[in-house]
Amino acid sequence: MMNDYEQDRQTIIERLLNINWLYLLVVSILVGIGYATLKSAAFGTENLWAEKQMIRFGIGLSIAVIVGVTDIKFWMKYAYFIYAVFLSFLVIVHFSGFIGMGAQRWIRLGPIVFQPSELMKFGVILALARYFHSVSVTDIRKVRFCLVPFFIIAVPAFLIFKQPDLGTTILILLGGVAAFFLVGVQYWKFVLMIVSGVVVVPTILWRLMHDYQRNRILTYLNPERDPLGKGYHILQSKITLGSGGIFGKGYMNGTQSHLNFLPEKHTDFIFTVISEEFGFIGGAVVIALYVILLIMGYVIATRSQNYFGKVLAAGITTYIFIYFFVNIAMVTGLVPVVGAPLPLVSYGGSSLLTMMFSFGLVECVYTNRNVVVSRRGANFDDDY
Amino acid sequence: MKAEIDDSSLDRGKLFKKRVLVLFFVEMFFVLLIIGRLYFLQVIEADKYTALADENRLSSRLLVPKRGIITDRFGHVLASNVQNFRAMLIREQATDDLDTILANFSQLVPLSPSEIDKIRKDAKRNRAFVPIQIKENLSWDDMAKIQVNLPDLPGIIIDEGFSRSYPYASVTHIVGYVGPVVDGDTANDKDLLLDMPGFRIGKTGIEAFYEKELRGVAGTRKVETNAIGRIVREISRVPGQDGKKIELSIDLRLQEYISKLFSHHVGAAVVMDVKSGEVVAMVSEPSFDPNLFNFGLSKDDWDTIRKNPFAPMTNKAISGLYSPGSTFKMIVALSALEAKVVSKEETVDCKGYVNYKGHTIYCWKRSGHGPMDVYDAIKHSCDSYFYEVAVRAGIDRISDMAFQFGLGSLTGITLPNEKPGLIPTKEWKLVNGDSQWQTGDTINTGIGQGSVLVTPLQLAVMTSRIANRGLKVEPTIIKGGNKNKTWKRIQRLSSSNLSLIREAMTAVVNEKGGSAFNAKLILDGIKMAGKTGTSQVKHLIKRVKTEQLPYKERDHALFVGYAPTSNPKYAVAVVVEHGGSGSGVAAPLVKNIMEKTLELDPSNMKQTSVILK
Repeated sequence: MMNDYEQDRQTIIERLLNINWLYLLVVSILVGIGYATLKSAAFGTENLWAEKQMIRFGIGLSIAVIVGVTDIKFWMKYAYFIYAVFLSFLVIVHFSGFIGMGAQRWIRLGPIVFQPSELMKFGVILALARYFHSVSVTDIRKVRFCLVPFFIIAVPAFLIFKQPDLGTTILILLGGVAAFFLVGVQYWKFVLMIVSGVVVVPTILWRLMHDYQRNRILTYLNPERDPLGKGYHILQSKITLGSGGIFGKGYMNGTQSHLNFLPEKHTDFIFTVISEEFGFIGGAVVIALYVILLIMGYVIATRSQNYFGKVLAAGITTYIFIYFFVNIAMVTGLVPVVGAPLPLVSYGGSSLLTMMFSFGLVECVYTNRNVVVSRRGANFDDDY
Repeated sequence: MKAEIDDSSLDRGKLFKKRVLVLFFVEMFFVLLIIGRLYFLQVIEADKYTALADENRLSSRLLVPKRGIITDRFGHVLASNVQNFRAMLIREQATDDLDTILANFSQLVPLSPSEIDKIRKDAKRNRAFVPIQIKENLSWDDMAKIQVNLPDLPGIIIDEGFSRSYPYASVTHIVGYVGPVVDGDTANDKDLLLDMPGFRIGKTGIEAFYEKELRGVAGTRKVETNAIGRIVREISRVPGQDGKKIELSIDLRLQEYISKLFSHHVGAAVVMDVKSGEVVAMVSEPSFDPNLFNFGLSKDDWDTIRKNPFAPMTNKAISGLYSPGSTFKMIVALSALEAKVVSKEETVDCKGYVNYKGHTIYCWKRSGHGPMDVYDAIKHSCDSYFYEVAVRAGIDRISDMAFQFGLGSLTGITLPNEKPGLIPTKEWKLVNGDSQWQTGDTINTGIGQGSVLVTPLQLAVMTSRIANRGLKVEPTIIKGGNKNKTWKRIQRLSSSNLSLIREAMTAVVNEKGGSAFNAKLILDGIKMAGKTGTSQVKHLIKRVKTEQLPYKERDHALFVGYAPTSNPKYAVAVVVEHGGSGSGVAAPLVKNIMEKTLELDPSNMKQTSVILK
């Protein structure tokens, strides 16, 4: 077993070799599928989406590798700081962000335009991992120790909900709940939460919601309520999937997507384009790739010798699950349309880059898997 | 549980591992859920969604067939398709809102409030890429104005279609007109063409009766459309079939001539070929301009037509019901002769009135005609004679004979709204009247009054059947419409009796003292036979001069005739509503009509011997 000292002594080459390249290969395959699908969705014109997405992936992959070879203690040290910066972006966007697609989500930083809510997901996980690292299992079972992580989740969730962006809000909340679960909060508390949630959601949340958010829920409950209006997305999405059959219509042969029956075909509904052209088989392959990512992510988490790394890798991995599950469940009509992209596959810069950044963090946990940081040593300036 | 509470770092790792495993299994449960859902959608329900996807993508567009034209027997076009320029708006191509567009448009071509209302409704009903009609039947000037200003009218396009044009008002009642599809039209007619915007179907006349033939069969083209319904490409095309041309038996020139003769009269005239049954003229006056309906009838125009007391909308030749008056006397005479209740030579002494069961019933000639046999009675139209023989023959024989000559039932002409009229029988009186059949009823029937009601077309049919010696010719409005028909002769009808009637009818026009001697044809060697009729609208005790009566109480003037007597070719029946006496008004009209008819007869083209004076 390597000790801290040996870890520090690794050369760049050694560190690069130490990276879990298989993990990044699976990521690349998913992005590749996204590239091909974006090409088809644009009817063969690469420049529309696919090329741009590939450039972003190149940048993202570099970020992932760079982050992957960093020292995990760096992230531990600056976890709260990063969280605070991301949160300030959210506050800025709340007051002066510009509006796109009916929501105030975007912020401009020099030449870059991005959605702080995308970054925030990982800011939350970083801060939670940092916090849980220093709290014992005994303490975490006491409610007062759960207050800080509760606010770590609730403050950004509320700000994002107000943007409004229901999809990201739900992702952050679910991710937070999963983190609580992972670090050992008692089962009965989750049962209590789910039961109270059944009461809280229809009352408080319903009142806070925007009309369009309510409509989405109502339409989800009954898509035929308005087949040309609100229910159109779900209905057309199901038609696109269903008409794909087992083997699909063939690459570039999707009618629903090419004739524009499919809404948001390059972003939130991209999974239906894949399933229309490659059928049930194609869709199952994509899901299998995600499951491989999940398994690898959780294995990396459990193998980490430091608790911060465990929570970070497992938290990010859980996010990936929530992401692709919510997206596919949404396009198959299992849950309401909330506006969640398919990770790595959907077109979108903020989503892809933050995703690659977070894979970098997972790699970082992997390369630093033998670094031991004591719980008490939260103040680890001495070690670093 | 106890072990978990232990605070050592190693146990924290163990607990974490357990929780990761639990979480992973929960996640796998959800993954199986979405895979199951995909299996359900893509494998189990694949067929349903494939069908829905095709439904999304493929749509059939109708190819509107060209409506068949209507011509007269010589090919003059009576209903044609003319190019019609329409201004359409495609909203998705427009940069302004509807109000601005309409405001800009109406600066060039004014729009009425009702037009604007309709545009708004259409705009609401249709999606933004569907062209909606702003204004149709644009004049050349208007179209030019719009064309020039098109750059300032984004979304407006000029569309070229066809609309129906009717150049001759004299044939309006025959040809009819087309109009927009209303709810009632779709009840029995499921043709998809009816759903086409701006589609028009026949409302009356030939346009309505031959709707199916004139309309043709729609072609279809299957197209692939995108989500907003725009056509991406054509997949297949099945050509339709244009509507058939309908050739009427009408001679437009004769029609126009008669129409002019009627310029100061209200009524109807029918000219019929006695052998073929083809109707060469059928005029009903007053008429109206059917193009008004086509180009959006204004409320004022509509009120003018609808409230006109002379009922311009009605085709009086087939829907107008009139007492035949004395034109019915041939029927009464024939039924009496056939029943042998009176002989050809037997005379009835006309004293100007007859007494019947204490009632005095007058002949039109109060001074009396003196002794009358059947020939004289027809020639002079003596009422007394017919009172007597009608009673002798009885109503059953009279109505039998009337039916044989085509009165009181539908002639079967292929025009909508034909009325059957009425020939009273004893049974009819029992069902519809308040009492049993009275001999007084028979007396009234004997001079074509009372309950008897016929159409001018039926009178023409009756006259034709007399002219062609009892052949049961049937009328047609279509050229060659009876080509394959042979006529049966009226059974048990003595030809000598019929000949006598024909001679008497010849005398009416051609012998001094005949009731229509004024209508003698001024044609070399060609004679017309006929019979006058004056049907009372109001029963009058005293005879009053027509001019002194209010219009609505004046008698209808009738005349039926055929010519040439030697070899009859045409029968003419004329009714002039409230025109006065048949001899004074109707007979001269028929004289003119008959002369014109014979002049225009095709076989006459080479003969120069017939000269009109």
